[in-house]
Amino acid sequence: MFDSYQSNTLKYDPAKCINCRMCTTVCPHAVFAPGENEVRLADYLACMECGACQMNCPTGAITVESGVGCAYAMFYAALTGKDEPTCGTAEDPCC
Amino acid sequence: MSGTIFTFTTPLVMPTTNQLTLSDRRDHFLARLGLNRSGHRVEPGLHSLGSPTPDSPVFVTANYTLSFDALRSSLDEWMNCYILVLDTKGVNVWCAAGKGTFGTGELVNRIKITGLADKVNHRMLILPQLGATGVSAHEVKKLTGFRVEYGPVRAADLPEYLETHKATPEMRRVQFNLIERLVLFPVELVKLLPYLLVIPLILYFVSGPLAGAGAAATMLAGIVLFPILLPFIPTKDFSSKGLILGGLVALPFALAAYQYEIDTTPCMQITRAIAPMMVMPPVTAFLSLNFTGSTTFTSVTGVRQEISTYTRIMAWMFASGVATLIILTILRITGW
Repeated sequence: MFDSYQSNTLKYDPAKCINCRMCTTVCPHAVFAPGENEVRLADYLACMECGACQMNCPTGAITVESGVGCAYAMFYAALTGKDEPTCGTAEDPCC
Repeated sequence: MSGTIFTFTTPLVMPTTNQLTLSDRRDHFLARLGLNRSGHRVEPGLHSLGSPTPDSPVFVTANYTLSFDALRSSLDEWMNCYILVLDTKGVNVWCAAGKGTFGTGELVNRIKITGLADKVNHRMLILPQLGATGVSAHEVKKLTGFRVEYGPVRAADLPEYLETHKATPEMRRVQFNLIERLVLFPVELVKLLPYLLVIPLILYFVSGPLAGAGAAATMLAGIVLFPILLPFIPTKDFSSKGLILGGLVALPFALAAYQYEIDTTPCMQITRAIAPMMVMPPVTAFLSLNFTGSTTFTSVTGVRQEISTYTRIMAWMFASGVATLIILTILRITGW
C-alpha cells in the first residue's frame, strides 16, 4: 500500500556476465554488487531504470527499459496520446 | 598585409581557469531560477586548464555552465588538464545522458572534431558517473581507442578520486540531501509564478481572503514544502506524501471555514470545513508527483504506476471539492 515502486523492468542474466564490474561502477544506487564469478543483483528495488548498466554491459547481460521518470512527460503523454517526450529537446530544455 | 597563408589549423583549445567569477555566479543564479533557460551554455570543444601536456588527463562534461563550472572549480589550482565539452544543447550531464545528447555518438564525434588523439599521448577519458546513462564505454573504446573511466557522481569528490583513481562506494551513490533538494524549488517557483499570483487573487475577489490564502498555501506546499520535507513525510509514493502534506496544510483552513459563520446550521459548517480538505490536498499531491522528475531514485515504471493509481482519486477529490465550493458560494450569494 502506498508503494508503487515494488517492481521495475530490470533483467539480469548471470550466465552472460563476464565479471567486468562496469555495472557496479556506473549504478548510482548500488543495485549490483561484486561477486566471485559474476556480479550479484543486490538491491533490485533500488533500480530507477536509468539504463547506465545496460549501456555499459559489454555482453548484454542486463536489460532495462530506461526512461527519465518525469511525471509531466507522462501526464503529457496520457493527455495527448503521443509518446512520452524525454528531457531537454533543443527547443524546450526541461531539465 | 601580404602573404597571408590560409591553413586548416587544428581546432583551438580554449583556456579556462578553476576560478568562478562574479559573472559566473550571476549566471548560476539565473540558471537556478530557470531564467534564460537555454542560454547557460559553454562553447563545445576542447578547453584547457593550466598548461596541459600530452600526458595530462582529459575530463569530459556537458556544455551547461553549471556542469562545466562544477567540474573546473573542483579541480586543484596546480592541475593541468584538458576539459572536453560535449554539445548537450545547454543541458546538464544527467538529463542530457538520459536523452542521449551526452552520449556515445557525440563523444566519438567530439573526439574527432577536436583532434584529441593528436593532443594527448594516452588514451583515457574521465567522465562523470551520471553520464554513463548515455555513454557506452566499450563502444567508445571500439570506435576511438579511448578508454572511458567513470569518475565520481559529484565533481567535488574529484580531488580525492584522482589520488587513486578508485571511487569509494559513497562517491558512486547519488544522494538527495537537503541542500540538493533546496536548490530545486526556485525553478518551480518561477515557472508557476503566474498561477501563484493570479489564482489566489481571483479567488480573493470571488470568495474572500480565506480562499485566496488557501490557494497560495496549497501551491507553496507542493512547490516549496514538499521538496524540503520529502524524506520526513510518511509513505513511499510521492502522491500519497503530497496528499498527506496537502491535508495538513488544509487543516487550519478547514477549521477557519468551520468557524466562518457560526450562525448557520452545523450541517453547513461541516460542509464548509470539508471543502478545503477535498480541494487542497489533490493539488499539492499533483505538484508533488511532478517532483519525481527532479529526483534520481524514482523509476519510470513506479511513476507510471503512481499516475494510474492516484490520478482518478486526485481528480475526484478536486472535482467534488470545487463543486462543493461552487454550491456554497451560490448559497451565500443568494442569501440562503
